[in-house]
Amino acid sequence: MTTEHLPEHPEFLWRNPDPKKSYDAVIVGGGGHGLATAYFLAKNHGMTNIAILEKGWLAGGNMARNTTIIRSNYLWDESAAIYEHSLKLWEILPEELEYDFLFSQRGVMNLAHTLGDVRESVRRVGANQLNGVDAEWLDPKQVKELCPILNISDNIRYPVMGATYQPRAGIAKHDHVAWAFARKCDELGVDIIQNCEVTGFIKDGNKVTGVRTSRGTINTEKVGLCAAGHSSVLAEMAGFRLPIQSHPLQALVSELHEPVHPTVVMSNHVHVYVSQAHKGELVMGAGVDSYNGYGQRGSFHVIEEQMAAAVELFPIFARAHVLRTWGGIVDTTMDASPIVGTTPVENMFVNCGWGTGGFKGTPAAGLTFAHTIATGAPHTLNKPFSLERFETGALIDEHGAAAVAH
Amino acid sequence: MLLFSCPNCGPRNETEFHYGGQAHVAYPAHPEELSDRQWAEYLFYRQNTKGLFAERWVHSTGCRKWFNMVRDTVSYDIKAVYRMGEQPPAGLIPAGTGSTSPTQHAPEGAKP
Repeated sequence: MTTEHLPEHPEFLWRNPDPKKSYDAVIVGGGGHGLATAYFLAKNHGMTNIAILEKGWLAGGNMARNTTIIRSNYLWDESAAIYEHSLKLWEILPEELEYDFLFSQRGVMNLAHTLGDVRESVRRVGANQLNGVDAEWLDPKQVKELCPILNISDNIRYPVMGATYQPRAGIAKHDHVAWAFARKCDELGVDIIQNCEVTGFIKDGNKVTGVRTSRGTINTEKVGLCAAGHSSVLAEMAGFRLPIQSHPLQALVSELHEPVHPTVVMSNHVHVYVSQAHKGELVMGAGVDSYNGYGQRGSFHVIEEQMAAAVELFPIFARAHVLRTWGGIVDTTMDASPIVGTTPVENMFVNCGWGTGGFKGTPAAGLTFAHTIATGAPHTLNKPFSLERFETGALIDEHGAAAVAH
Repeated sequence: MLLFSCPNCGPRNETEFHYGGQAHVAYPAHPEELSDRQWAEYLFYRQNTKGLFAERWVHSTGCRKWFNMVRDTVSYDIKAVYRMGEQPPAGLIPAGTGSTSPTQHAPEGAKP
């Protein structure tokens, strides 16, 4: 009797090397931003003797937990520039990374439910247009044409009065985005080290020269912190502070449905945002839990409230069921804008504060952070997002466009 | 749904309360004497502790009074509840995590 063998195992997308004793640069955090940063360091700056250190499994943090919305319809010039550059990168990355991660430009609508919403929205549409970001103002009838399942009637407490619409916005499959970057990083020679937790930094005076990890000490010329909700933990190890607070952000999916929801809809006022993934599940999220939390979970009333919002705006969703809820840890800043740049520690750089909106910024965070690490100075696009703005007052307030209640 | 014991009203659902962030951060005694950096520290920098954290809550739909709490930000376990103006139980909060004392800043004239 012959033994049946299993078919050949599919090719692994990246190696799992042991960490070397030293690298030219170390990225702390193997999520979307860390992977993108390493990719652009290798591709744009020829830095391939680098490592990504991830304390858990690859992209198992916020990259595994977000609601995948990609858009660039932010208010201020500085934000529009970086998020729009990110969107332009999204448009070319599937081909560049040779990986179809189902980036679907199905548009995003941000609903207006009060006169204040309408004014803020029309203003933002104008600001977007001036900044070369595709944006339109829709009246309720146009909203209904684009999204037939949306309730635009007067019989809800806060009727839809219109919406901003960005046609080129959309969604993508987050895990596949991470794997696409990881595979390219590995091809380019980057070491991806999982199950490797940073426990301390080695400094020579004020300059970082090494990283202590659960898998040994690693010497390095430069360190880029890309650890989202854990950024303060790392900063404290390095001896500086960050103006961020880490909150739980929950999300959920329904069971699989036939395609019913053709676009992405976000509502600040009736607070929920929802899309339907390629596979058929409704993907939903809303505001953070108010307390600081690293537990990757939040309280259930937050889920219940967004269910009420979703069912009010989309009556047919009343027949759907919540399949699973989960949480991430979002590092929020007081102006709802990220911090990408230098730190008080020499040769240590930080990319954090993307809060509830980091996924859409993955490509631009990677590109600008790589530039900052490689050259020691920010790229034009991340220069305004410095730590210093909290001292100079040059804040970039994007709470409205962030569309997630903080 | 977390359950908080308001010092005045007793155990209530967390939805009756509003979060106030890090506790024991005093308003600067002489704000006009602070440098831009020190003022930024007061306005924007707070501890972001992973672990036992002293924080403030207000019982918005009850007595509407503020109080302090020590809660583990990982497990959300509540270790202590104490009145505004009091200090946390001895030994609960590690030194240095209950104040906004700066550890390091960018040197003057550091490049952006």
